[in-house]
Amino acid sequence: MINPALNESTLTLASLAPAITEIALATGICAVLMFDVFAGRTWRYLTHGLTLVVLAICAWLTLSVGAVATRTVLFDGLYVADKLGVFLKLAALMATALCLFYSQHYLDRRRIHGGEYDILAMTALLGISVLISANNLLTVYLGVELLSLSLYALVAFDRDSGIAAEAAIKYFVLGAIASGALLYGMSMLYGLTGTLSLDKLALVSASHGAGFVIAVAFIVVAVAFKFGAVPFHMWVPDVYHGAPSSVALLIATAPKLASFALVMRLLVYGLGADPVLWVQMLTALAVLSLLLGNILAIAQTNIRRMLAYSAIANVGFILLGFVTADTAGYRAALSYTLVYVLTTLGSFGVLLLAARSDGEADELDDFKGLGTRDPLLALLMLGLMLSTAGVPPLVGFWAKLWIIQALLHTHHLGLAILAVLVSVIGAYYYLRVIWYMYFDAGREQTPIPRQAGTRLALGLNTLAVLALGLLPNVLLSLCERLIGAP
Amino acid sequence: MLKLNALSLLSTLVWLPIGGGLLTLLIGDSRAQVARWFALLVSIATLLLCVPLYQGFDHSTAVFQFIERMPWIRQLHAEYYLGVDGISLPLIVLTAFMTVPVLIAAWTVIEKRPAQYFAAFLILEGLMIGVFCAMDSLLFYFFWEAMLIPMFLIIGIWGGPRRVYATLKFFLYTFLGSVLMLVALIYLYLKAGEYSIAGFQSLPLTLVEQRWIFLAFLVAFAVKVPMWPVHTWLPDAHVEAPTGGSVILAAIMLKMGGYGLLRFSLPMTPDASRELDWLVIALSLIAVVYIGFVALAQTDMKKLIAYSSIAHMGFVTLGAFLAFDIMANTGSTSGAVNGLDGAMVQMISHGLISGALFLCIGVMYDRLHSREISAYGGVINVMPKFAAFMVFFGLANSGLPGTSGFVGEFLVILASFKANFWYAFLAATTLILGAAYTLWLVKRVIFGPVANDQVAKMSDLNGREFLVLGVLAAAVLLIGIWPAPLVQTMEASVRHLLEQITVSKIPVG
Repeated sequence: MINPALNESTLTLASLAPAITEIALATGICAVLMFDVFAGRTWRYLTHGLTLVVLAICAWLTLSVGAVATRTVLFDGLYVADKLGVFLKLAALMATALCLFYSQHYLDRRRIHGGEYDILAMTALLGISVLISANNLLTVYLGVELLSLSLYALVAFDRDSGIAAEAAIKYFVLGAIASGALLYGMSMLYGLTGTLSLDKLALVSASHGAGFVIAVAFIVVAVAFKFGAVPFHMWVPDVYHGAPSSVALLIATAPKLASFALVMRLLVYGLGADPVLWVQMLTALAVLSLLLGNILAIAQTNIRRMLAYSAIANVGFILLGFVTADTAGYRAALSYTLVYVLTTLGSFGVLLLAARSDGEADELDDFKGLGTRDPLLALLMLGLMLSTAGVPPLVGFWAKLWIIQALLHTHHLGLAILAVLVSVIGAYYYLRVIWYMYFDAGREQTPIPRQAGTRLALGLNTLAVLALGLLPNVLLSLCERLIGAP
Repeated sequence: MLKLNALSLLSTLVWLPIGGGLLTLLIGDSRAQVARWFALLVSIATLLLCVPLYQGFDHSTAVFQFIERMPWIRQLHAEYYLGVDGISLPLIVLTAFMTVPVLIAAWTVIEKRPAQYFAAFLILEGLMIGVFCAMDSLLFYFFWEAMLIPMFLIIGIWGGPRRVYATLKFFLYTFLGSVLMLVALIYLYLKAGEYSIAGFQSLPLTLVEQRWIFLAFLVAFAVKVPMWPVHTWLPDAHVEAPTGGSVILAAIMLKMGGYGLLRFSLPMTPDASRELDWLVIALSLIAVVYIGFVALAQTDMKKLIAYSSIAHMGFVTLGAFLAFDIMANTGSTSGAVNGLDGAMVQMISHGLISGALFLCIGVMYDRLHSREISAYGGVINVMPKFAAFMVFFGLANSGLPGTSGFVGEFLVILASFKANFWYAFLAATTLILGAAYTLWLVKRVIFGPVANDQVAKMSDLNGREFLVLGVLAAAVLLIGIWPAPLVQTMEASVRHLLEQITVSKIPVG
């Protein structure tokens, strides 16, 4: 069963180094959990700070100890560490840390802050890390479940809110079906090929008949669900809208990196011998997501629901990168995912800061007159919305450009034209946020909290969106280094 | 040292206003007066920088000058690549020139968020100059799209009652046009391996490829010009925009469509242009004749001038695409030069005249807060100085000899005779139609008895307004009487363009 080539390294402490992120994170989670249990009321407020410290240590360890120069396989081939994985983990760590940082005051003001919140966020992050490093179908499943279960609990975190509970149930039930599909597909693959290892699956060539196609279809369904692609998107608007904004922020950012890794590991690597198997399915998912996401977003009056449909549309763009089945396309998909996460962090951050103490401020109407009420916040939102719409000089433009370029490079002219046309539809609802902020006078007069630290972070976040837009070569060369030529 | 200055002159022209605009934003509305003066000084400094640009420009060659070239996105072979030739230089000077009166005209009129208003125009100026001197098509697209942001905000924040509708329509229309151009540019990049405009111009393309690329470009540029039938955003945008927004829209932004046709469509897809020139000519003639009649029916002053702009820009597209017919008929390029010269002069002239007319309407609007023609009448009795300017610009708009309006229209009509008598016949109707709608407007607004009490209370031009209109009137006269410097500047580049379009790009074999 076990390939001796994969088993040649014996387990020593030093050989565990590439897995340092997960080890440190798991240790950190236990430490924070213990602290939170025994800290009592007086010291509990430190949990949040301690979490950020743990995340910072994890990032540092990942960089110093965990960095690998070449692809390294651990634990009998269950686990893989490579440059892409290290970077994605770092990005996920930073995104989660930023999420928690943006959320702190929001949670305090809504009085739903508890130590469990930080711990669940960290377990979700652990799931993301495991998923990123998965090299075996079981590891993939482990990561997916760890991530999903943490998120289900987080969605219901505001336990007095009916709408949050509804969203959580919906998310949980649909998520369980998706997990079932994933397991079913995996078991079929195992039955057909006799292996769970992605390394070995990658060597299995095409032409397996209908069974293989069906297995892949089940796996693609699960991937589409995790990404939130049409027609497996039903949970997205409800969760974005029903969950507390801070949880929506968490779900909208770091897990997208995990979904990207899922596609890279499972489809591009594991089932990469014959991309045709999944390319057509992904094409259909991408086209539907682009159309439905953009069109339905127009009708929304709630910004969180709008951002949910926008997320669906953006997932369509990411999937278009995979549709090319080409290195340039994967790079484009990676840069699009990174840009999307960066921009979404900012726009949800603004939403969190603007939230009132008695609830959310997420209706479009709440943003009326923000341009005069809080010019700085409005300016940041302006930049973030324009970036998502894909207008230069902001980085969102380049993300879209590379996807379109990759599509044209692989002769997908029709898809490229579809992509640019739906961007125009998309521009409308992003511009609508700007219109409400700047062109309409507001009735809301409550001042928005100062929160200098959060504002500074938001400012830097938006500045990064602009700076990467002016000098996009940074992002591009990064993606080139992470996803090498085949 | 001198060499260093010359090297970065174009960059300074682009980034000085943008940087100045950001600083103006920082100065903020609380120190509005400081912000105003600062913005004005930046715009004057930018205009003064055009003096060394013009003086250092060598008229005798079509080679791009003041070249700045450095890698920008290595992976895409996209460069930060700036340069000017005889076609872009006049447009750059026009941009720098028109921004100054726009800022002065807004001095006391804009009370809401003044610093942001001034900043928006400065940033817009830098981006527009960037469009005209970008030699890399990705850089061109970058400026071309970025420009939409300040204009979107200008119309949306400081515009009239239907500003939201107008500005969204403006943005989405232009955006829709541009994205197809982006697809075409990426397609060209994948063939050429670089984004430089010169590289695209010398890239061999089959006729089928050229047709599609030509059409993609045409959509983008036709929306911007705007050509019939994609012009409907313009009247809305003009009516709702604040005076300054209307001026920049008419004077500069529309020219980008014309510039794009000359810089992209004609030299990059010459064979498709030859094949499909009838399409552009037909649309241009419809714009000249039909939109002329539409202008006649307007009751809103700004809308009337907006339609007049569409008709006048029809001359630009007509002049540019007559070349193929002329060369087929006469076998020489001399007649075609007239058409292209006419198109260029018309762009500059229309920039000045339409800008001035919008400023005139702004002057009246500031006093009476109405754009309806029927609200006015007999303005000459209370505002004699203003009436003189308004009459002058009205005559220039109808193409009176001695004004710049005459030169461009005359050259284009002259060229169209060599192409086809009926083209010339239809184009010449503008002399009647243009005169009719402009002079009828002037007659109803300026002459006659004082219409009502409100008009009677209107005060004549103040020094600031007089200065602005005076400078523009001088420029219109100067080009009308002595167009030689302008024509000489672009001579070599226009001839080079003609050479480019006469050579087929279809690969042999």
